[in-house]
Parts: sequence; C-alpha cells; structure tokens
Amino acid sequence: MTAADRRVLPGFKPAISLTVGYVSLLILIPLATLVLKSASFSPAAFWAAVSSPRALAAYRLSVVTALAGGAINAVFGVVVAWVLVRYEFPGKRVVDALVDLPFALPTAVAGIALTSLYAENGWIGKHLAPLGIKVAYTPLGIVVALTFIGLPFVVRTVQPVLEDLEPEIEDAAAALGAGRVATLLRVVLPAVLPALATGFALAFARGLGEYGSVVFIAGNMPMVSEITPLLIMIKLEQFDYAGATAIALVFLIVSFSMLLAVNALARRAAARLRMR
Amino acid sequence: MSDRPIPRPGHRDESRVVRLLLIGVAMSFLVLFLFMPLVAVFAKAFEKGAAAYVAAIVEPTARAAIRLTLTVAAIVVPINVVFGVAAAWALAKFEFPGRGLLVTIIDAPFAVSPVVSGMVFVLLFGAHGVIGPWLIAHDIKIIFALPGIVIATLLVTSPFVARELLPLMESQGNDEEEAALTLGGSGWRTFFHISLPKIRWGLLYGVVLCNARAMGEFGAVSVVSGHVRGLTNTLPLHVEILYNEYNSQAAFAVASLLGCLAIVTLILKAIVESRVHGRSVNQYRHRERATARVGESEGQSPSEKTGAVEVRPWESTSAV
Repeated sequence: MTAADRRVLPGFKPAISLTVGYVSLLILIPLATLVLKSASFSPAAFWAAVSSPRALAAYRLSVVTALAGGAINAVFGVVVAWVLVRYEFPGKRVVDALVDLPFALPTAVAGIALTSLYAENGWIGKHLAPLGIKVAYTPLGIVVALTFIGLPFVVRTVQPVLEDLEPEIEDAAAALGAGRVATLLRVVLPAVLPALATGFALAFARGLGEYGSVVFIAGNMPMVSEITPLLIMIKLEQFDYAGATAIALVFLIVSFSMLLAVNALARRAAARLRMR
Repeated sequence: MSDRPIPRPGHRDESRVVRLLLIGVAMSFLVLFLFMPLVAVFAKAFEKGAAAYVAAIVEPTARAAIRLTLTVAAIVVPINVVFGVAAAWALAKFEFPGRGLLVTIIDAPFAVSPVVSGMVFVLLFGAHGVIGPWLIAHDIKIIFALPGIVIATLLVTSPFVARELLPLMESQGNDEEEAALTLGGSGWRTFFHISLPKIRWGLLYGVVLCNARAMGEFGAVSVVSGHVRGLTNTLPLHVEILYNEYNSQAAFAVASLLGCLAIVTLILKAIVESRVHGRSVNQYRHRERATARVGESEGQSPSEKTGAVEVRPWESTSAV
C-alpha cells in the first residue's frame, strides 16, 4: 500500500501544487535572487561591504538592542503572563486583549507615538530629562521600540503553559516542605522555561529585522544609532545594490539560524510536554 | 458556595502584598509601553482641535493614501486566503516527504526583515534587476508602482492565514469529511459544506491579522513604493512623510486611522478567540475546578491552542 492509497480525502494534488507554486514564486525565487546576486560579486568586494566599520557597528547595534529588548520582555513578559493567568483584578479582559496591540498597530504609528512620548518634551521623556536620561534619538530609544514590538511574543508563549500547569504539582512541592519561593523557582520556572526561551527567541528575531518602529526613535546616526535594516535601506537609496545585497544576505543567514533555533526549541518543549 | 470559585489553598498562593506588587509591576509596564503610545496617537491627533483633524484626513493626498491602502488590502487578503486554505489543507490532511521543510518556508517571511522582503523584489524587477530591462522594454512598471506594493505586501502577509488554519485543521481531524464522502458528497461539496464551516472562526482570525498587517506594512512597502505623493503612498508612508515634514498633528491624525484599525483588530481578535479557541482569561480557575486536561497541541503559540476546556464539575473536589 503506498502513501497515496491511504489518502482518503481528495484535493491533495491541487492544494499542494498551488502551495508549492505560490511559495516558489513569492518566497523561494525572490530569496534565491538575493543569494545569486551576492554570488556574482567578487569575494573581496563582498567581504569589504560586509565588514566595513559602519556595517559592523550596525550589526552590533542590531544584535545588542534586540537582545536587550528580548531580555526586558523575558522578565516583564513572565510577570504579565503570571498576573493574567493567576490573579483576578478589574479590567483584566481589556488588559489581556491589549497585549496584542503591537501585532495590530502598524509599526510606523508605534514609532512616531513612542518618539513623541520619549522625546525630551514628551509625556515620559520630560520626567526622564532632569535625571539626565535621554531615550529618544539614542540607542536606548531603539531598545524601547523593540520592547514594544516584542512584548506579545513572550506573554503569548508563556501564558498557555502557565494555564496548563497542573496545580497539583505545586501542592506536591508544598506538601514536601518547599516554601512558596522555592516552589516557584524550582517547580514553576523550569516548567515555563522552554516557552520562555521560545518567546525570547521570537522577540529577538523580530527585533533584529524591525524597521518601522525604530527609524523614528533611533536618531539614525551612522556608527551610533543606525540599525542594520536602515543601513540596507540607505544603501538601496544610494543605488549601492552590491553593498545592500551583501549586508542583507549576512542578515538573512542570521535570521534563518534564529528561525531554525526557535523551531528546534519548540519541538524540544513539545517533546517535554508529551513526556509528562 | 458551589457557584463561587473554590478558594485556593494558602500554600499555592502568594501573600496579598506580593500579589498587589506583581499586579502593579505588570500594569505599570503595560501602561508605559502599550497604553500610553495608543493614547498619545489620539491625543496628538486632536491637539489642534477637531477641524484640523478632519482637514488632515480629507486632504487629497491623504485620501489618495487611504484609497491605495484599501486597494492593496482588497487584492492581497483574498489571494493569501486562498493560499492559506490550500496550504493548510495540504499540510494538515496529508503526510508527504518534505512537509517540515514546507512549513519552514511558509514561516520564512516572519523571520526575514521587512526591508529585505521589499529589497528582493527591487533586485528582481528594478531597473537594474534580473528582469528589469525586459520589463522596461515592454513598458511594464512593477517597482515604484502598485504591482510592486502588492507583491511586497503579499510576501510579508503570506504566513498569517496558513499559520492560523494549520493547527486548527490538524486538531479537528477528518471524521466529518470522511463521513460526507462515504455518503457520496463530492470533494468540493464536502469542502464547502463541512470543512469550511469547521474552520470559519479560525479563518476570520487569520483574515483579521493578515488585513491589519497588509494595511500597516511599512518597511517592505517603503523599499518598493518610491514615495510618490498621491500615487504610491500608502497610509503608513503618508504618516512618515507628514511626520518628517514636522507636520506632526497631521501625521498623528492620519495615524489615528491606523490606530482605529488596530483597535477594531483587537476587538475582533478577542471575539473570535473566545469563539474558536475557548480561551478565556479566567481559564485557570475553571481548570482548577475541573482538573481537565486540554488536548495537547504541538503548537507553541496560544493562537495555536485549539482544544476547549473540558469542565467536569463532578470532579471538582479532586482539585482541593
């Protein structure tokens, strides 16, 4: 019996043809163009574009700010998820719905709103200015934007795991003499950790490529506050396609490694859940 | 007592002070990062009064941007719905070699920077691109025109419907479809009468997310649009231009339209979620009373959780 014979439902052929055709035209061929285009440059020119001081500064800034945004979300995202799952308080449903705002609000709108808030005369910025803290038009502003963008990823991956956590496990820990803090750190946290890692990686990957919300608040000074997607954009506007392509390819490889890592993490977490 | 939640045992609970502290921390964080930006959009939009607000929106280039954004969404969303349903059908109902790879490829646009997503089409269709010269010779404009904006938006929004339907279809199984086919229903009839109604809420949810992103996409569209005012400026690009011209009130007025889109999206999302996913914020308490297990889905994101909570009141004592 071949695999085809076991198929009871019709429609495999048209569905798979349409799917493969569409992703080939829309995703595979365009991305392959990027790789082929880079291959047409001499290795020396490619290396020069990829390793210029300005490009290196942009990679470093992108990675550091995306890590910082992910880390802030990892901490506060777990607190938000915990509060939403475990506690009752007025307005909880609205708050729960609001967590998805960064998915729904266009990035450009988020960008100008955050900039106006954190500028020196903004609602939040004017309280920070006397303390000597400048957020808008500095790398700190990029972290603020990436924290906004990445927030739902951590909350929405941790929340269902907390919901599924069996209360009996915590009872058992308490019955065996563990204090509340020890129970949280040694029973609840390990159970949440795979989901937290996935959420962090998703927020990090999204932050790495984010453009719309960052360009308004970043200040965009070369070497200081210029993220990699912006550098690609600038090279395109200067018709430096070779440079833009080379940097984009390096960036694409980083992004895909992240995607694979996320999928591997998710599979491991799923396997762990099934073992229980 | 029976209809009131059973109080949680003390050892499973934090003290009142810790609880209030955690709620305080979480709420401050959300107010600072989510609530205030949203409020700021509308506050700044009405900074100079309602007349200035209306003027910024009915201004001809703003109206052209609204029209373009609606046109792009009207083309992109139906195409990605057809793709999403086909992809989810093939992936959820059948086993075949390379299935995992195909899922990864469908997910790819989520991992690629929007700027790179736009740029690949400049490399393909631009004046110096792979088929650019051929396009110029035949007088076909793709980059810096509507087709380019549509194609870039198609790429960026392609995973939404497929990603939403795949786990839903996987969890539902094929029993009804098989019964319909056994009873002599044709393939298409089975699809429209059985399969489609089964996934309708999940489909709506995917459409809502796809539409929000299609109307709000900035990075990818920015690369391929060319920013011609009144011609190739979508709403987000129009916001950018106004803002960079220091016309911030007008920028926020136009941005508030997209803010409304976001609010409508969130409301629809909440409605659909309670219908299809049976997920409520009070689920933990139900869970505790019922100690029912949710069918474990492979998916990691909550939107992929599909099993409704099975409440078994007769078991409620076991939770205590």
